[in-house]
Amino acid sequence: MSTVLDASLDSALPPQPAPAQHSRSYWSVVARQLRRDPVALASALVLLLIAGSALLAPWLVADPLQASMLRRLQPIGSPGHLLGTDELGRDMLARLVHGGRLSLLMGVLPVLLAFLIGTSVGLFAGYVGGRVNMLVMRTLDVFYAFPSVLLAVAIAGAMGPGMSNSLIALTLVFVPQVVRVAESVTTQVRRLDYLEAARLSGAGAFSIVRVHVLGNVLGPVFVYATGLVSVSMVLASGLSFLGLGVKPPNPEWGLMLNTLRSAIYVNPWLAALPGAMIFVTSVAFNLLSDGVRSAMDLRR
Amino acid sequence: MLGYLFRRVLYALPIALGVTLVSFLLVYIAPGDPLNAIAPADAPEEVITALKATYGLDRPLPVRYGLWLARAVQGDLGASIASGRPVAAEVMAAVSNTLVLAAVAAVVGVIMGCVLGGLAGYRAGSWIDRVASFLSVVGVSVPHYWLGLVLTIVFSIRLGWLPAMGAGPGGSGEWVWDLQHIRYLVLPALTLSVIPMGIITRTVRALVAEMLNQEFVVALRARGLGGAAVLRHVARNVAPTVLAVAGLQLGYLMGGSILVETVFAWPGTGFLLNTAIFQRDIPLLQGTILVLCLFFVGINLLVDVLQPLLDPRMGRG
Repeated sequence: MSTVLDASLDSALPPQPAPAQHSRSYWSVVARQLRRDPVALASALVLLLIAGSALLAPWLVADPLQASMLRRLQPIGSPGHLLGTDELGRDMLARLVHGGRLSLLMGVLPVLLAFLIGTSVGLFAGYVGGRVNMLVMRTLDVFYAFPSVLLAVAIAGAMGPGMSNSLIALTLVFVPQVVRVAESVTTQVRRLDYLEAARLSGAGAFSIVRVHVLGNVLGPVFVYATGLVSVSMVLASGLSFLGLGVKPPNPEWGLMLNTLRSAIYVNPWLAALPGAMIFVTSVAFNLLSDGVRSAMDLRR
Repeated sequence: MLGYLFRRVLYALPIALGVTLVSFLLVYIAPGDPLNAIAPADAPEEVITALKATYGLDRPLPVRYGLWLARAVQGDLGASIASGRPVAAEVMAAVSNTLVLAAVAAVVGVIMGCVLGGLAGYRAGSWIDRVASFLSVVGVSVPHYWLGLVLTIVFSIRLGWLPAMGAGPGGSGEWVWDLQHIRYLVLPALTLSVIPMGIITRTVRALVAEMLNQEFVVALRARGLGGAAVLRHVARNVAPTVLAVAGLQLGYLMGGSILVETVFAWPGTGFLLNTAIFQRDIPLLQGTILVLCLFFVGINLLVDVLQPLLDPRMGRG
């Protein structure tokens, strides 16, 4: 156990400043490292393509809601429907491209919210320390005792189906994890001498946190949060797949997978397409996150 | 050692209590009155009052929690609103099915992860390292409900080798360890095993690669020990961490199998949760979540207790 804890704490440590001879800013060094990483670049390109096409969907493809009972479950490669049609005769290509909008949104938004809330709570708990810290962290330990899929399903299930409910559920799943990272870095930084110096020279708590602590905390939390995006994508689509997230007829990959499931005996590969989109996006997010992680680790 | 045990149990208790509180409060984040599910909308006032008294809904919240907890500790999780049967019995039947699935998936995933991660760490930078890290990224990124669908398409629909749904011939819920039933287990267990496989591969690879650079390994080699003997020493050091991660994964799988169970119509807790959610059967939802989470807390405690047996340094701290 000790080794893994050390390793994870290691990656959570504040990134070391770049060596002096570079005379470049930290972020420009990180950007240069990333540009040299072909896997991260390819992943970023894939994500840009998916996000770009999702954003421009209304101008790129047909209407994703146009149903046609006469052309149901057309196979991939049929004339006029490059990727076939779904169980209501709607164009699959149009739905897959449009589906990226909600799927990506549901992947990124909970992580962004958890990033904002979790960092604030973690900074607060870590900086105040003592009993308040104990109270906050032990309370969050309870949420840690829930496996994340189960917690998401429990909250979304109790609140009932709907996009905003699954958004809240996912945010609640990620907040404790982000708090843990932010709190552990804050607690480490709080003990350092230069913070004591700032305090002695009369700086207030708020400005100390903003100027001296935040910069150390943002990096590790950011790296951690990038790793959560793919989890969030898969979980959000999973909730939709269960019927708890986005409601029909909106195109969303998880929901499409759900409604097309009955078609696997008729047109199997067509039914698997939305899941392939989730898979590709999730892998790309994970690889990009790995790239960012190692680019920000400048101690090598 | 005894002190360590005592501290671990003492630490797990408030968490278990917190879990019961969160499960209890789930009812109150549900929209609408819980009575809506049983009482018709135009029910007269006295019927509503009587129902409230039966279900204890006329008491203040902390009292209701206390009463609920006291009954839950005695194994009474209330009655399912939809079926009227006791929740505890329904959950226990489903949990045993989920446990079969999750345990087999965890064992398969841990074994594959140890082999892949060990090879990758031992030959860091080689082709096998690249294959292993590719597989582990796939394992942690793949939407497993989709993987289950793809495996069904390939092995059930196209090849016809394995059944696509259920947990046994005839659709009986009873699990038996025989060849007939195991055929139903293969696809869901394989689907579920990719998650621990990916995570364990990553962990083991990092640990082994790091271990091989340490001085004690150099010393072993300098004394003339061969590859297998060195690997034995490394394995001894890697084991406690792998146990910890594997234990966590078993817990995650128990909770996370809901999606895979839905795909394969496996009669476990996932199936039960699905029913509970869409019939708005909150006591059933509450009971299932509670039991699964207590399992998770229990597994974590077990791992904490077992770890010092593998790594005696921990018990002393």
